[in-house]
Amino acid sequence: MSPASAVAIQGVWKYYGDFPALRDISFDVKAGSCLALLGRNGAGKTTLLRILAGLSRAARGTITILGGDARSEKTRQRIGILGHGIGVYEELSAFENLRLFGRLYGVEDPRKTATEWLERTGLDRVRDGLVREFSRGMRQRLAVARCFLHNPSVLLLDEPFTALDDRAIHVLQDLLKSALAEGRTIIMSTHQLREALELATDVALINRGKLGFRGERTWEMLEDPGWLYRHYGEA
Amino acid sequence: MSFLGQALAIAAKDLRSEVRSKETVNASLSFALVILLLFSFAFDPDSDQVREIAGGLLWLVFAFAGTLILNRSFARELVNDCLDALIASPVSGAQLFFGKCLANYTLLIIVECISLPVFAIFYNVRLPHSLALLFLVMLLGTWGLTVIGTLFSAMTVNELMLPTLVYPLLIPALMGAIQLSSVLIAGDPVGEQNLFWFRLLAAFDVIFTILSLGLVEIVLVG
Repeated sequence: MSPASAVAIQGVWKYYGDFPALRDISFDVKAGSCLALLGRNGAGKTTLLRILAGLSRAARGTITILGGDARSEKTRQRIGILGHGIGVYEELSAFENLRLFGRLYGVEDPRKTATEWLERTGLDRVRDGLVREFSRGMRQRLAVARCFLHNPSVLLLDEPFTALDDRAIHVLQDLLKSALAEGRTIIMSTHQLREALELATDVALINRGKLGFRGERTWEMLEDPGWLYRHYGEA
Repeated sequence: MSFLGQALAIAAKDLRSEVRSKETVNASLSFALVILLLFSFAFDPDSDQVREIAGGLLWLVFAFAGTLILNRSFARELVNDCLDALIASPVSGAQLFFGKCLANYTLLIIVECISLPVFAIFYNVRLPHSLALLFLVMLLGTWGLTVIGTLFSAMTVNELMLPTLVYPLLIPALMGAIQLSSVLIAGDPVGEQNLFWFRLLAAFDVIFTILSLGLVEIVLVG
């Protein structure tokens, strides 16, 4: 792991039964960069993100995030994760959800931080409304607030733009641009190539559990999002 | 935040959700009351036989009704992938587990405290003078049930296997709780020979709490 790396993945294997979902994946992610993790359905993107988030353990290999183990408490305090599920409770209000996660992440003033993030995501008017009464777009904005409220240094986003409404996409894009400008590291898996590549500084392509490409995002990719798959994708 | 602070945040979250949804308490309480009512028709409330089996009957109801609460403990975290959000947070598996145990324990005790007087009425049982001791047995026995049930709830989060796995492990704790409850309801003094059951219950609670706190991280993350 070079000193400038925020995330270092070294020889990672993961099996589901006998099936190798990840096969000897190794790469670093520079601090302050945005890596678009690409690949077809079932390629292993979510599996890799889950291991990075500490939700699952690799069968072999090592993961180092911000110099620590992915499952250490200190490391998790500095990671924000936005997965397939929104990760908020239906029976709690928007404010209660954010206050809870603020407490769990050790945020200094969870009430104040929750209120600030409700304002930033345009949910302050429904602060005390239960999530079960929210529209899909509102839920997703709340999930984005949950992911960002503890000021994470590394953001792990699994298909962040999928099923978002226009407003939520706008909120998320603005937050991600600010995060990059502030020097945070982003790793996001996605099928929405155009949105992802506009933001990404780096690209990794996974083909059936193996790393097919790892490099900087180029103008060719931006102009023609299918270029990467044609040159480095599985046959 | 401290170990207890994080656990209390999880417990408060679970209790607040339960108060709003009444998802498990209603089912558990209804089940307990229906079982007590049905068995009251099967036995003559005035017979000595009822006093002999009172402890067993009471714990049968507590254990089965309790499973309805415990079964949903981790399953409710699957909605919106909340379990992933919790595991990814800096909360340790032990803190998450302990918080869930505190919430489950509170709910089980509430169900038991409502069921106990109903039991006394239906079966014409005079609650003993040593009610405090009976309550102590309930606290000890219920903690054992809670710890084992919560751990297996995490292990069988996607399945309905909880009862088949939990009850065999609970046999020592249930034996102790039944024995002590029967003695206390019959109004007999807790003699030297019954102190063994108190010790067994306490030891069961301590051993399985420590084991569960150590194992839960592996159960949740692998």
